Amino acid sequence: MELIKETAVELGKKIKCHEVSVKEAVEACFKQIEQREKSLNCYVSIQKEEALKNAEVIQKGIDCGKLTGALAGVPVAIKDNLCIKGMETTCSSKILQGFYPAYTATAVENLIKEGAIVIGKTNMDEFAMGSTTETSYYGATKNPWNEEHVPGGSSGGSCAAVAAEECFFSLGSDTGGSIRQPSSFCGVTGLKPTYGTVSRYGLIAYASSLDQIGPIGKDVTDCATILEMIASYDRKDSTSIKRNAYDFTSALVDDVKGMKVGIPKDYFANGLEDEVREKVLNVAKELEKKGAVIEEFELSLIDYAIPAYYVIACAEASSNLARFDGVKYGYRAKEFEGLHEMYKKTRSEGFGSEVKRRIMLGSFALSSGYYDAYYLKALKTKALIKEAFDKAFAKYDIILAPAAPTTAPKLSESLVDPIKMYLGDIYTVSVNLAGLPAVCLPCGIDKKGLPIGVQMIGNCFHEHTIIRAAYSFEQTKTFYQEKELKGGIGHAV
Amino acid sequence: MADKITDEMIEYVGILAKLQLSEFEKEKAKNDMNQMLSYIDKLKELDTRNVEPMSHIFPVTNVFREDKVENENQKDAILLNAPKKKSGCFQVPKTID
Repeated sequence: MELIKETAVELGKKIKCHEVSVKEAVEACFKQIEQREKSLNCYVSIQKEEALKNAEVIQKGIDCGKLTGALAGVPVAIKDNLCIKGMETTCSSKILQGFYPAYTATAVENLIKEGAIVIGKTNMDEFAMGSTTETSYYGATKNPWNEEHVPGGSSGGSCAAVAAEECFFSLGSDTGGSIRQPSSFCGVTGLKPTYGTVSRYGLIAYASSLDQIGPIGKDVTDCATILEMIASYDRKDSTSIKRNAYDFTSALVDDVKGMKVGIPKDYFANGLEDEVREKVLNVAKELEKKGAVIEEFELSLIDYAIPAYYVIACAEASSNLARFDGVKYGYRAKEFEGLHEMYKKTRSEGFGSEVKRRIMLGSFALSSGYYDAYYLKALKTKALIKEAFDKAFAKYDIILAPAAPTTAPKLSESLVDPIKMYLGDIYTVSVNLAGLPAVCLPCGIDKKGLPIGVQMIGNCFHEHTIIRAAYSFEQTKTFYQEKELKGGIGHAV
Repeated sequence: MADKITDEMIEYVGILAKLQLSEFEKEKAKNDMNQMLSYIDKLKELDTRNVEPMSHIFPVTNVFREDKVENENQKDAILLNAPKKKSGCFQVPKTID
């Protein structure tokens, strides 16, 4: 098989047994970047020289037996909201142009320690606010399956880079679906861990109570392996959770006998494209063939998740983004009179319109007189949604759902109607509100030739169960056979 | 639903958010917010009288540590990012007369 088509784990094995050198792996990525990046725009910044220099160091580490991890020498792309020391980190915003962090995010540090090689920072919706990667100050990313379509968002650059083989794996962040929805649109596998599993230290905050960093890869094995590496208890993140075990790869077992799979009827109602419904329900059939027990149920409250999410996320964003004031880093307005006007002009010129829209809404929801009616009401709704999931997980091991109501929309179709765009997050935001883990992997291709993703949601701390279910479905090769038949890009089994 | 967001409200929220919006942006923000809020008002259908607001999924406690310097001095690396600096400090416009 062509080197660039290998999964991260397979490449790691080949590097370990000296079948492939680290330099060859890194060069393969840059060759692919040269061919595809100009039209796709997956990256905000690329560091070629640095990566090649690191390749030599890592190769030596592997050769002398110091680096033995599964991903030693494997090139990785990092979403541009994760700080890396000495590497420009912009959150795809004008306001952070030229910002070079003085420290590295813990999740990235964990990868670097294991010998992974950072080759660049990937494009995203500005401050992770969007579902299409079109709100980036540095231009939209295009979907590698069809360049007239969006890759999804906000981790659109990370997912497109994996799909286009411009890296072997990537990291994204998920606040309301930002790993799972673009994974679905790009035909790759992405996982959002239980809140608190991966340290948020060094992740530029959007909505701190919902944000989680997670892996994006070519298959379930890659995601479990990456998660095992990035997950850690971290004193520098006060919401980090000390878990009993971090061995997620032990869940890579092809066995769902007796697993109880719940299908929330309300997730398959109006608004879901027929082809998506059909392919996602087909996953249930495949799991049933392998011995899983499938049952439909009513999850309830689905229509309240998006309004609650937007109130909470915008409120937290309005507070988190107060730090961008033109004093310590990034952009500062050129002309102003006095400190106060400097703040206002800097922020007005530095933020894009979607970011301003959400800061305004959040400031309103937190303002005196409206706090109870909006912010507190949303937090109470969150409690009810959590309760609904608790009830579901008393009966089921996993919940099977679509990741998005449609496949990837065309470029510039989504931003005209914000509410409609927000509604596209209907199957993903509840998972963040309830802190649950969920994985998205490809399960079919629609008539337009675009990939369809299935989402498997687990109870808190039950990554094992969703990884096992996802791996078992992947072993049926349903998606890869369809891709073979219809054509399509990316990893072949 | 009555329009919640008046011109005065947009001015006020602009002050809270530290944003200076043009007349065009203000008008747009007003429409956007009214539209969003009438959508968010759906939450009012839910009876939440006996529900405790949930800010975090898991019980969150303060993480204390000894007040001991662990980092090396990063002053230069941090100041490197300053849009304006002077004598090892961030420089801002005069704030007091």
